[in-house]
Amino acid sequence: MAEYLIKNGFVFDPVLGINGDKADIAVKDGKIVESTALSNPQVIDAAGKTVMAAGVDIHAHVAGPKVNVGRNFRPEDKLFNCEAGKGVRRMAGGFSVPTVFRTGYLYARMGYGTVMEAAMPPLYARHTHEEMRDTPILDQGAYPVFGNNWFVLEYLKNNEMENVEAYISWLLRTTRGYAIKIVNPGGTEAWGWGLNCNSIHDPVPYFDITPAQIMKGLMDANEALRLPHSIHIHTNNLGNPGNFETTLETFKLFEGAKPNNDFGRKQVMHHTHVQFHSYGGDSWANVESKADEIMNYVNSHDNMTMDLGCVTLDETTTMTADGPFEHHLTELNHLKWANTDVELETAAGVVPYVYSPNIKVCGIQWAIGLELALMAKDPMRVFITTDHPNAGPFFRYPRVMKWLMSQKAREAQMDSLKWAEKVRGATFLSGLDRELTLYEIAAMTRAGTAQALGLADMYGSLKPGLQGDVAVYDYNPETAEDPELIEKAFSNAAYLLKGGEVVVKDGEIVSNGNKKTLWVDAKVNDNPQVRRDITEKFLRYYTVTEANYEVNEKVFMKNPYRIEVDATQ
Amino acid sequence: MTKIVTDVVCPFCGTLCDDLEVKVSDDGTQILEVYNACVIGTEKFLHSQAKDRLKVPQMQDEEGNWKDVSIDDAVDYTAQMLCNAKKPLMYGWSSTNCEAQSTGNEIAEIVGAVVDNTATVCHGTTLIAVQDVGVPSCTLGEVKNRADRIVFWGCNPAHAHPRHMSRYSIFPRGFFTGKGHKARKMVVVDPRSTDTAKMADVHMQIEQGRDYELLSALRVAVRGAPLPETVAGIPRETIQDVAETLKSGRFVVIFFGMGVTQTLSKNHNIDMAISLTRDLNEYTKAAIMPMRGHYNVTGSGQVLGWQFGFPFCVDLSRGFARYNPGDSSSNDLLRRGEVDAVFVLGSDPGAHFPISSVKKIAQLPSVCVDPHHTPTSAVCKLHMPVAFVGVEEAGCAYRMDNVPIETRKVVEAPEGMVSDEEFLKMVLTRVKEIKGVA
Ligand code: SF4
Repeated sequence: MAEYLIKNGFVFDPVLGINGDKADIAVKDGKIVESTALSNPQVIDAAGKTVMAAGVDIHAHVAGPKVNVGRNFRPEDKLFNCEAGKGVRRMAGGFSVPTVFRTGYLYARMGYGTVMEAAMPPLYARHTHEEMRDTPILDQGAYPVFGNNWFVLEYLKNNEMENVEAYISWLLRTTRGYAIKIVNPGGTEAWGWGLNCNSIHDPVPYFDITPAQIMKGLMDANEALRLPHSIHIHTNNLGNPGNFETTLETFKLFEGAKPNNDFGRKQVMHHTHVQFHSYGGDSWANVESKADEIMNYVNSHDNMTMDLGCVTLDETTTMTADGPFEHHLTELNHLKWANTDVELETAAGVVPYVYSPNIKVCGIQWAIGLELALMAKDPMRVFITTDHPNAGPFFRYPRVMKWLMSQKAREAQMDSLKWAEKVRGATFLSGLDRELTLYEIAAMTRAGTAQALGLADMYGSLKPGLQGDVAVYDYNPETAEDPELIEKAFSNAAYLLKGGEVVVKDGEIVSNGNKKTLWVDAKVNDNPQVRRDITEKFLRYYTVTEANYEVNEKVFMKNPYRIEVDATQ
Repeated sequence: MTKIVTDVVCPFCGTLCDDLEVKVSDDGTQILEVYNACVIGTEKFLHSQAKDRLKVPQMQDEEGNWKDVSIDDAVDYTAQMLCNAKKPLMYGWSSTNCEAQSTGNEIAEIVGAVVDNTATVCHGTTLIAVQDVGVPSCTLGEVKNRADRIVFWGCNPAHAHPRHMSRYSIFPRGFFTGKGHKARKMVVVDPRSTDTAKMADVHMQIEQGRDYELLSALRVAVRGAPLPETVAGIPRETIQDVAETLKSGRFVVIFFGMGVTQTLSKNHNIDMAISLTRDLNEYTKAAIMPMRGHYNVTGSGQVLGWQFGFPFCVDLSRGFARYNPGDSSSNDLLRRGEVDAVFVLGSDPGAHFPISSVKKIAQLPSVCVDPHHTPTSAVCKLHMPVAFVGVEEAGCAYRMDNVPIETRKVVEAPEGMVSDEEFLKMVLTRVKEIKGVA
């Protein structure tokens, strides 16, 4: 394999503590190495440019059934953005829900190498893997959803922790899943009857368990299994005025809990798209930011991580396993609504949405996303996302970075809002003069996310031994003045090396790389009861047979990468 | 010794039953018996065993005489035809696996073809309606476990999806439906008295083509607003009763078929049916689901969706994906004379397209890939027989509720026969050579 020496760039690496120093980065045989290990490298001149490890996205909806519903039911999303194939590139199109090819290319052009699919319905695991298989370049993994799964609800209700763990282990292996995702715990099951759980103490119909018990129980199971990633939560009551209290109550469930794993993960809980969970007030008329209360809590509790879910003020397509929320949303905006309830497991809804700069609430949401980041004390625990495509498309990350790195840029955006004064009044953003540094951005987009995923030994840093995933941006931190340059440079990586191979050169895709699909194989002691329960449920309640449920690695995955965990003690 | 292959997936209809058991001969070449499948499904398996099975590709000359050709010749003819055409149509894709669909799409991209599947004459109107109003739906297991109100509109599962009612919708006892069909109310809307209609609690024998009116009337009745004495031939009281039955259910499902997708008003009917489902969600839980016909027509829509963004009628001839049913749909293209070559795989337009379209196919360079002689193969210039996907070849297929299942290989294909995917891969390689792309 080729050797590369990326010379003289301004390097930002929070893991190594390198903050903009000029350094050379060496890549050989797919890995980062000491430059002394190179014999005859190709030299990439990075003088005057920014060098970071490739980006690692902890939460995006990029593959699977609801994503494809989003594509298929929105032909209008493909207007004016279809690109012809060229060289190694396939045809590509789509704005808020790009085709798999465009997804791969756009992430790569932002210098990202790894993207996790945030919600995989287990029964549709095969579909999710088919899409990931066709997504070029990116290393990917998918989180199966557990928070409304009948096995989990029943075992937790009976306090059968060993059974929960054995079931999780079985489901991760069977679906080739990566982590435990929880979406509106209990509420999505209630949605099977058109109902919801709006607080973490609302009992789930029939199952007689509360969302709080589900989340706490799954956290315990996650730590007992010693999984690479923590539980990944989207709590109840998303998107409603006054919901910050539900969010804080959720956070508090995990107070004092300690992580248990060999992957360098430090949190017991990741809360996703916190922007949607940080609202004060009691109606859309008086909704206001509670970013301060949320971040006070996050800053003082280091056993949790979170991502932002920044609103980007675009027209987009919302999609979530929070079925009742999507119904609520369609009642609100009267746009088209797709929903799928999935037997024994989950549900999902899809509704288009326009975050208009002319709507006060949208402006407030936009501000809150940024505030969360600007109030964060530890950028290794607070990550940039847009909950793609829910709050905006992922290719706006560079724009979010611009807003976070430049007060001038966000004030300009604030001024352009129709209700700027009202937005200012309901939020803190205008009072925040912090401007994030590239070092902090590197923490929020690669070093921190890799660590939280338990993948710090592969990604997120330029430490020798890690995968040769390196992004070079045409951005000179010493001379760049104009904030627009941030967005431009980080949307068009000068280079992306992926697994030691040049995939992007001068903003153009030159290779489809050799993607990996990550999954977690957690071994537990044989559990005959769980085996029996699975067989029973498949016989009686599922509509596919047990033997037809498992995802065939050879057929459905590209370069499967199994991460083994032994939890048999 | 014989052996039994279990958990076999039936590659016939969109019900995609996956509990079949097939008895095969010891050497794995003969299917002896098929258990659990309905008659149509069983036939599909047994048919692969036909003694007069076609094994060699054949080409038709100007005079209509057929002669055997080699697979290499078939590959070359197909590749040349697709590369030489300005705007070839690549149609079908519903009776094959997603892997073949994906390979076909890649070829289409390189040669600038229009890719269309059988939805174009079936549930394409549904796909259009979904683009207008969305679709609240669910998996079939939700129906089995929760649904107590079932509507079959313009479809006849007793004949077209024979195991649908027993596996999912009417008879099974599920988690919250322990009484099975006794606790379910069944409504059928059909102008004919079908075998399905005969089983219903209520059969609304609608006047032909008046679905839009009746659906609207139901929406009105659900809201409790006044109705005329009869709508579409159905008395007001019946409509009001049905509306009440639906509202009082805990979980309503509307299944609908070609009797409503392809009658007057077309996609507008489905708009209305989906809107009715939406309305019902104000009162209870309700879902709606198309009764997809071919076992993997849904899969073609999915693969096209994640690769190009549209579920059917995808025109790649301009170098980017374009979608405009009525313009980029097979019959419109054929009848306007806008395509100059036709490739068919996994369906039989010769039997299902209007005669004016079939005549056009007969005049054009054309290839039919199909295990059987079909009306399509009869008019095409090249007939390429292949292995049976789902019998002699595994691969992914999507059920009518979009749930993907990996079909199983039960027996070996006759010696020397290739699968759809293998044939397409050979064509792809040849196309790349001709076009000089990497
Ligand atoms: S109902 Fe359909 S899928 Fe099931 S056995 Fe019959 S033909 Fe096959």
